[in-house]
Amino acid sequence: MKNEMPVTVPIKKVIDEANGIKSVILPYRLNAKPGQFAMIWLPGVDLKPVGVSYQDESSFGITVSAVGAWSKKICEMKAGELLGVMGPYGKAFKLEGKNIVLIGGGYGAASLMMLAERALKEETNATMIIGARSSDCLIYRERVKQLGLKTIFTTDDGSFGEKGFTTDVLQKILKEEKADKVFAVGPELMEKRVAEICLENNVPCEISIERYMKCGFGVCGACSVDDEGKRVCVEGTVFSGEEALKIREFGKYHRDGSALKKEFGGKK
Amino acid sequence: MADIGVNLCGLKLANPTVLASGIVGISKASVSYAVKNGAGAVTIKSITAEPRKGHPAPIILTYEGGMLNSVGYPNPGIDNIAEEFSNLKSVGAPVIGSITGKNAEEFAMLAGKINKMDFAAIEIVMSCPHTPGYGTMAGQSTPEITEEITKAVRAKVTKPLFVKLSPNVMAISEIAKAAEKGGADAITAVNTLGPGMVIDIKSRKPVLGGKIGGLSGDALRPVAVRCVYDIYKSVKIPIIGTGGVLTGEHAVEMIMAGATAVGIGTGVYNRGISVFRKVTREITAFMKENNYSTLEEMRGKAHEE
Repeated sequence: MKNEMPVTVPIKKVIDEANGIKSVILPYRLNAKPGQFAMIWLPGVDLKPVGVSYQDESSFGITVSAVGAWSKKICEMKAGELLGVMGPYGKAFKLEGKNIVLIGGGYGAASLMMLAERALKEETNATMIIGARSSDCLIYRERVKQLGLKTIFTTDDGSFGEKGFTTDVLQKILKEEKADKVFAVGPELMEKRVAEICLENNVPCEISIERYMKCGFGVCGACSVDDEGKRVCVEGTVFSGEEALKIREFGKYHRDGSALKKEFGGKK
Repeated sequence: MADIGVNLCGLKLANPTVLASGIVGISKASVSYAVKNGAGAVTIKSITAEPRKGHPAPIILTYEGGMLNSVGYPNPGIDNIAEEFSNLKSVGAPVIGSITGKNAEEFAMLAGKINKMDFAAIEIVMSCPHTPGYGTMAGQSTPEITEEITKAVRAKVTKPLFVKLSPNVMAISEIAKAAEKGGADAITAVNTLGPGMVIDIKSRKPVLGGKIGGLSGDALRPVAVRCVYDIYKSVKIPIIGTGGVLTGEHAVEMIMAGATAVGIGTGVYNRGISVFRKVTREITAFMKENNYSTLEEMRGKAHEE
């Protein structure tokens, strides 16, 4: 059994992805499968779970949006500065079928890029949908072009790509073409809508659920979800749409650092 | 077929494994999940007077000797848990409510409130080694303060009362006696060892967010077994032997030292959440191979000359 102890490495490269969103590449062989996550330690500050957005034989990258103390500091870091790596953790996506659709809401697309790259390599017919509030928040516009990944961009305000939500595009695709499987990562209300649409259309889907996490390997209980008590870090973060819809709190509420319930899109 | 049921102060456990406080245990769902995976009883994460976020992460690390934790009591606070932990019958095993406070007065307040809730028993913790204001850092692990706090809680609690002790003391038997004198119905022995520290030599920073943390797992087990052995000699009340129990053999070792039930925490990491079912199966296999038909026949056997 390997130790759960961060390995500290100097940042290799920082990539400016969009307004307030950066990727950092770390020279560490993580060996993550698509959908798995790493715990990234900012020494002396905090440790957070992050999806793996880049990976090759000798390095991997994460894509971070500057929202809290940890992520703001990471977005200010430069090549050579130190970050600690733990992981990989969690379940992986199961790539199956000839035609797949990937949906990334906000920086959720980060957790789907490894899967998209795998699909291209295996000659699976993949369509990516990346959505954001507006054009300045859209990530990977250049990257998907270079990869040759068929991508549809959506913005809430119509400032780039199609105006509207990623789920509108998904519904259109499912009506017009054949999709064997759908993968989605993004805001939970979007994920719930994807799971429902896929259920209605009888198409299997997998989504990655985000919960407040402190350890990443199933001990602390911070990410246990109601009513079954599955730990998102171990039994997830990837769940089938059916499994996700059975989680009572999915799309309704989550728990904060003190385990107090917080409603999605509301106060409480 | 070996009988592995346990009567712990009137609590009926289908097997001797108890989810130790601090591991998962943050909600009714999370303790139910441990029961579904074989736990004979479950303990919730300790509840404090006010909501707490706990220490910054990392809060849990593992190394060659076991686990280091610096969780720091994240919990919603005593006034926000009644709804979460209601209708506990549906959990399927006894649920033990754990509380921790800064002094006897606060413990008594917490005890009065938690006693009204649906828990089968109450555990009080005066032994955390790494949270300022609580446990050993507040000097609670002395015979005098242990008796004072236990008495104050006893006055408010009508349910079975368990007192969780620290191994980081000179004579744990004296503290167990003080708890018994104060009115405890059982002793949970032990909390984590230490505290310890790990420093990352590249960034030159302690790795744990709380800097220091309690040791558990393999490193703790021989210490825990010795503590249970000492306590068994000094008190008449039952012991929940906790510390480094990862296998059925470890559980039997605890029982032979004198434990009535065995707490499991770090084992959830080492062997997954189904550790409870695995340990129970291994205890049963050991009993069959060695011709024991009840746990009672093994209890305290290490004390025989």
